[in-house]
Amino acid sequence: MQGDLEPLLAQVRRAYQESMPLSIRGGGSKRLPVTGESVLDMRLYSGVVEYQPSELFITVRAGTLLVAVERLLEENGQMLAFEPPHLGLQATVGGMVAAGLSGPRRMTAGALRDYVLGVRLIDGQGRDLSFGGRVIKNVAGFDVSRLMVGAWGTLGVITEVTLKVAPRFSHQMTLEWNLSETQALKRMNEWIGQSWPITATSHHQGHFRVRLEGSAASVEVSAKALAGGREVHDGKWWWSALREQQLDFFATPRPLWRIVVRPTAPPLGLSGQSLIEWGGGVRWMVCEHGSNQVGLVAHHAGGYAQRHPSMGVYPMMLGTNHEGQRIHRALRELFDPRSILNPALMAPEWASR
Amino acid sequence: MSVSPSSLASIPVPDGKHFSSESHEQKSVTTELPTYPEIQLSPAQIRSALSRWLPESSILISEESKRPYETDGLSAYRQMPYVVVLPANEKEVQAVLRYAHEQRIPVVARGSGTGLSGGALPHARGILLSLARLNRILAIDPLARTVRVQPGVRNLAISQAVAPHGLYYAPDPSSQIACSIGGNVAENSGGVHCLKYGLTFHNVMSIRVLTMSGDLLELGSEAPETVGYDLMALMIGSEGLLAVITEIIVKVIAKPQTAKVILASFDRIEQAGDAVAQIIASGIIPAGLEMMDRLATRAAEDFVHAGYPVEAAAVLLCESDGLPIVVDEELARMKEILESAGASEIRVARDDDERQKFWAGRKAAFPAVGRLAPDYYCIDGTIPRSRLGEVLTQIAHWSQEFGLEVANVFHAGDGNLHPLILYDAAIPDAFEKTEALAAKILELCVAMGGTITGEHGVGVEKINQMCLQFGTEELEIFHGIRKAFDPTGLLNPGKAIPTLQRCAEIGGMHVHENRLPFPELPRF
Ligand SMILES: Cc1cc2nc3c(=O)[nH]c(=O)nc-3n(C[C@H](O)[C@H](O)[C@H](O)COP(=O)(O)OP(=O)(O)OC[C@H]3O[C@@H](n4cnc5c(N)ncnc54)[C@H](O)[C@@H]3O)c2cc1C
Repeated sequence: MQGDLEPLLAQVRRAYQESMPLSIRGGGSKRLPVTGESVLDMRLYSGVVEYQPSELFITVRAGTLLVAVERLLEENGQMLAFEPPHLGLQATVGGMVAAGLSGPRRMTAGALRDYVLGVRLIDGQGRDLSFGGRVIKNVAGFDVSRLMVGAWGTLGVITEVTLKVAPRFSHQMTLEWNLSETQALKRMNEWIGQSWPITATSHHQGHFRVRLEGSAASVEVSAKALAGGREVHDGKWWWSALREQQLDFFATPRPLWRIVVRPTAPPLGLSGQSLIEWGGGVRWMVCEHGSNQVGLVAHHAGGYAQRHPSMGVYPMMLGTNHEGQRIHRALRELFDPRSILNPALMAPEWASR
Repeated sequence: MSVSPSSLASIPVPDGKHFSSESHEQKSVTTELPTYPEIQLSPAQIRSALSRWLPESSILISEESKRPYETDGLSAYRQMPYVVVLPANEKEVQAVLRYAHEQRIPVVARGSGTGLSGGALPHARGILLSLARLNRILAIDPLARTVRVQPGVRNLAISQAVAPHGLYYAPDPSSQIACSIGGNVAENSGGVHCLKYGLTFHNVMSIRVLTMSGDLLELGSEAPETVGYDLMALMIGSEGLLAVITEIIVKVIAKPQTAKVILASFDRIEQAGDAVAQIIASGIIPAGLEMMDRLATRAAEDFVHAGYPVEAAAVLLCESDGLPIVVDEELARMKEILESAGASEIRVARDDDERQKFWAGRKAAFPAVGRLAPDYYCIDGTIPRSRLGEVLTQIAHWSQEFGLEVANVFHAGDGNLHPLILYDAAIPDAFEKTEALAAKILELCVAMGGTITGEHGVGVEKINQMCLQFGTEELEIFHGIRKAFDPTGLLNPGKAIPTLQRCAEIGGMHVHENRLPFPELPRF
């Protein structure tokens, strides 16, 4: 383990006393807007605090590299089931939790939030607080650990996190079919709803892809049962490039949207190139429609749209009503009374002091 | 569906004593319920005011009509509510909340009243808001595998409703024929299948709630991500303190193609504990992994005749489900592990009937144990699996010391213990002694790196132990969260989160970072 908590606490306390905004920084992989006059560098605080494979959890300091954690788990036959995107080799575990991003296995294994068991954090007054724990079941107190997921550091500096881990699959196989978008959406939803060991789905340029993971026998049996698919040999690359947004598709100079919707929503009717993943729950679109139109379409499909690659900022906060906004504000004020923690993120207008 | 808690009659409680309304010795309620001196309204006045929005028949003020609501599953605590209101839809719930908010009347939400920590215990000067009449299943979407329900729908009713589509709702508390889905969300309830399929938290997609001021919030969504803070995470397990849940969309899943269960017997309880840890360590996530000790096994056997080995010191139920080929593989590996851990007998349920029987015994274990003594007290601590053997040995030791029998039934795979302390409330001090033993066990759970409640909630019951698990600053945050949702503090006052003053009076017991000067300090 590396680094001490005390200097981090001191830095936050000082920022609190002086009402000076801080940018909490892990690996910098998410390329976020910066406001903070000063940077709180979490990479100085890293290492594995506790890992017991048979207890299915790992506790690590926030500045630990995600790749290092994944390597350790792999050596012990385990993994982070939600398959987090790194978006850069420097990604840290704290940043991962703050960003709340999940990967291709989202629809079958669950999201990052489903795997957070506990956090230790520094609040906006520089207090060292612990919530949750190391056991899978725990209903004592409100679930503050999970509140931190996707809060982009605006409710506290995550210093330590306990994650539930899962056994790795011994085998995987990717199958492909030629299908239209409509057909693929239907099939994704039908198949995920059956008990096949499907752990990822995508549809792009008329190709519908499915990843199977499990024991050798279960993968084989399922591949036979899901008739007509041909095995592809770039499967591993495909899911990782998709997760890391490294496919050529993502490099477009034209506007790219990530549209999160009800998985069973019919094709969105936007004209442009699409890439569908998460069983229909995420629809990437390259299109020239205005942001109002894309937003409306997403809303009608039960979700929201975000222009890529912006992350961590939600300007039209957030489709929630007056009471919802009041509660959001009250929470922000509770955890960060002087709005010093990443004030440029989430709904920046709430951080006004 | 019945509106009175008589739905509890359908839960397999042999003599009904755990839910009976004839009180044995009544325990005075010593929670620090804030008083609102300005409540000058009589129950009759409240009723006539509310009757602008609800039929009078939905508002109960007579002693006898209110009696069924004076306790929940933790029957040692009783309190007659001031007024009971039974709204039939969200609009009526909203009207009640707005009125109570304006008049500063405390409100306690109640589902089916099966909670085991006194969460739905009424407030002496408050409205007991029963959600039991909001019991409709609003929509089933087989392709999306979602069901939209009102909060009063019983847990099992959801699985029954989607069964024709080959689907079911995975979290299955033993109380599932009676408990409401709203109560499940409020407690983040678990069941024997939660090791593999998750708790209520993992199976709820979105909820509609009304805050104390009667404002509506829609949290979560059917899309796989939402923006904004995860308020739904705060709501799940919030024990009725933050808002009243009026609608829920749950996720349902395909029934497995096959499910098989192993019944393994052990001569020593530590062997069973080790077997549990080894199964998990081997990379298998069983669909269920439950343990019962001899006392519990015998009680269950007498009750349901499942064919349990009554001589064993402990039995384990290990289930595998999924594709037939996977089940066969897992079963073979589990058998191997159980054998090498020293199982004296290993039986695989011959068919689905026998499998159901094996589970029926486990699911009826509480009421079955309840037949062994006039009263029992259920504990809900969670510990790391690797400490199972140690903790069970310590409990056995204390059981002798206190002269109170303890049966152990629990979700071994999750490390969630349910020691059941047998006592007789008619004997003076017996309940106090039981509570003292329970407190010691919970303290042990915290010291082992676990928690005071895995799934039953804090309620009024474990409010003192909250001081043990959390420090002052964390408790301050909890109070702050509550205030963010309900600035008036009128929703379920006095439950779940102790005041700082209370913790100060109990004395600095907080165990930080598991560094309790354990084991034998006499703190209770
Ligand atoms: C025999 C038996 C076995 C049990 N087995 C299990 C088990 O295996 N696993 C498990 O987790 N639990 C178990 N329990 C405990 C209990 O059944 C669960 O906690 C259940 O979820 C409670 O549901 P309910 O509808 O009865 O809630 P209630 O007891 O009515 O209420 C529980 C809490 O939820 C709040 N609440 C209820 N409805 C709402 C709402 N709509 N909005 C806001 N707040 C609300 C109440 O205020 C209260 O704080 C068992 C109980 C019994 C008696």
